[in-house]
Amino acid sequence: MEDINVSKDITNGRTLFFNALKKGNLVTKLSFIVMGLGCILRGQIVKGLIFLAIQVGFIAYISNTGWYYLSNLSTLGKSAQYKVWNEELQIYDYIQGDNSMLILLFGVITVFICLAMIVVYAKSVIEGYKCELLRNAGKKPTTFIEDVKNLFDKNFHKTLLTLPVIGVVVTVIMPLLFMILMAFTNFDKTHQPPGKLFTWVGLENFRNLFSSDAKISGTFGKILIWTFIWAVFATFTNYIFGMILAIIINKKGIKFKGFWRTMFVLTIAVPQFVTLMLMQRMFQDVGPVNIILQRLGLISEPIQFLTNGTNARIFVILVNMWVGIPYTMLITSGILMNIPEDLYESAKIDGAGPVTAFMKITLPYMLFVTTPYLITQFVGNINNFNVIYLLTGGGPATLDYYQAGQTDLLVTWLYKLTVNEQNYSLGSTIGIIVFLISAVFSLIAYNRSASVQKEDTFQ
Amino acid sequence: MMDKYKFVSNKKTTGYGMRTKIANAIIYVILTVLSIIWLFPLVWLILQSFREEPGAYTPYILPKGYTLNNYIKLFTETKLFNYPRWFMNTFVVAIFSCIVSTLLVLGTSYTFSRLRFKARKPMMNVALILGMFPGFMSMIAVYHILKSFGLQQSLVSLVIVYSGGSALGYYISKGFFDTIPKALDEAAIIDGATKSQVFWKITLPLSKPIITYTVLTSFIGPWVDFIFVSVIMKDNYQNYTIALGLYQMITRENIYNYFTQFCAGAVIIAIPITILFIMMQKYYVEGVTGGSVKG
Repeated sequence: MEDINVSKDITNGRTLFFNALKKGNLVTKLSFIVMGLGCILRGQIVKGLIFLAIQVGFIAYISNTGWYYLSNLSTLGKSAQYKVWNEELQIYDYIQGDNSMLILLFGVITVFICLAMIVVYAKSVIEGYKCELLRNAGKKPTTFIEDVKNLFDKNFHKTLLTLPVIGVVVTVIMPLLFMILMAFTNFDKTHQPPGKLFTWVGLENFRNLFSSDAKISGTFGKILIWTFIWAVFATFTNYIFGMILAIIINKKGIKFKGFWRTMFVLTIAVPQFVTLMLMQRMFQDVGPVNIILQRLGLISEPIQFLTNGTNARIFVILVNMWVGIPYTMLITSGILMNIPEDLYESAKIDGAGPVTAFMKITLPYMLFVTTPYLITQFVGNINNFNVIYLLTGGGPATLDYYQAGQTDLLVTWLYKLTVNEQNYSLGSTIGIIVFLISAVFSLIAYNRSASVQKEDTFQ
Repeated sequence: MMDKYKFVSNKKTTGYGMRTKIANAIIYVILTVLSIIWLFPLVWLILQSFREEPGAYTPYILPKGYTLNNYIKLFTETKLFNYPRWFMNTFVVAIFSCIVSTLLVLGTSYTFSRLRFKARKPMMNVALILGMFPGFMSMIAVYHILKSFGLQQSLVSLVIVYSGGSALGYYISKGFFDTIPKALDEAAIIDGATKSQVFWKITLPLSKPIITYTVLTSFIGPWVDFIFVSVIMKDNYQNYTIALGLYQMITRENIYNYFTQFCAGAVIIAIPITILFIMMQKYYVEGVTGGSVKG
């Protein structure tokens, strides 16, 4: 295809950009002010016009609304909404003030637009300068039709990635940034726009969470510890027992292996929210399980599965085993069959029983192969919203905690703080901490995963 | 296989054979007991959905009378709980978000697997980091963004939420594309094919399993999601999806009257999802283990 490496020293965009400023002719220099001029005058009319249109649009946006949001970003609005007595109608008129939430949101969006604009601006200058270089070398710049064709060949990655990138930027990156910024504001119940303003408070939320507010930091400490206890138990009980289940189903001489496997897989297949909500109802103090146990005479008082703190914690771990063991069974079955049979044969000759074989052969081998999976599971459990929220709703509630119950994880606490309490600033602060915890473990997993290291081996 | 094994074990000493038999018998007992524990809630769900007597719970397991009324009522008594409407909502959202996310995921994973360009590694790293944030942390911000564009509590916003960031889940299909021999692409390019033609005419036809997997997972998503829809929809009952709607049926005020209908509604959606899942469990395993499972 077209080769634009006119001279060897022009390799990256940055050198091209500054060369255009230093060595470019008048038209190229003018294209620093009027975007796309370099392209229009040198035959790439459509491309140049697109650049020009982007420039006009950008200026219009900034002068219309963009500047208002950008200039207010540092204070998040100065004038709050207030009311004025209207003599004529005998009512209060509300005079609209600044809306901190919209300022923050559109401020972030405007910053994004500006960043994108800088990239497009540099690109327009470079494209114009490239045309000049090509002309000087006696070649013709690519036509618009050729550019479009390139989008399906040499630049096919741009075509394929455009929509995904837009999607991710709009629905993931911008909201995340918005949320991270909120952690540094005092956006809570008493600072709700449009009625009230909120503003930057620096690290105050983090300070509250860690030390200065005794109730919040106490709750945070206890929930953090419980989150880790939960994640460790939830991960390892599922892992060990799931593996044992897979081993006994795989054992030689056991018939109907497919049938047994399907029995357990069925419980994964049924949507989790259905089974979890069902469990929650079954184990109420007056629910069917307690009633049946009482009828059978096994217990005289109902067991408080969900209303006693310690019981509830044990209960969620047990139910999580019900949810998770089939998963591990399904995943490890295949890997278990890969363990060389002669290892077990020689162990048997050496007089090892099944328990020793499991501890000395199966477990080390599986740990070696499935460490990334195990760590992903661990991170998944730290963020295990469904099981906790649908089973106990974080309860039983306790007055010792700030807006949380005894089985609440950091993530369910975050959810309660934001959805029920509108304490967005504290919620976002917790979100950042959950991210840091997850990120550390995920990075370990990522670096250990074989599929990353041997990415190209199959190709 | 089995017969051969028996033959071999018979040749060994009877004591050894006896021991294996006893061990196997114990395992059968364990498996049976475990299966009962694991299936009990599901069986109970189905039984309750046919129960004739009203009430949230009964102090016995088997219902005294059986009826189809719970199922019929779901579709006829729609004043308070509009099950058909929720069903259609979920179906429409599932179809659209399935189309959008399949395109996004396949495009992204193919690009990262096959095409080489400067920003490839940095972009993959960014995707990795973005995946570590708890999903609904940004959900609340998404709600505010949608609200400022006047899209809050609408089905469109649900489609955006379910499919917008779907490209981040490209790992599984990238792993699949990685296994298609690169020689095929090269041969086609020598014959004058463009990269776009390679994608549409060579790679995609070879990728039916992974396309099926992507389509099915993104189709199932909206049926089983509870968190996102509860953040987005809040109190707009008309636009609820099945999961959120069913949750309303068993709140404290409603559970006495609607528990059996809840069970019926859950059974209706659980059946197709169960079938889909069992069909694609092989891909699911491969996806999670990163292809380390052979056979």
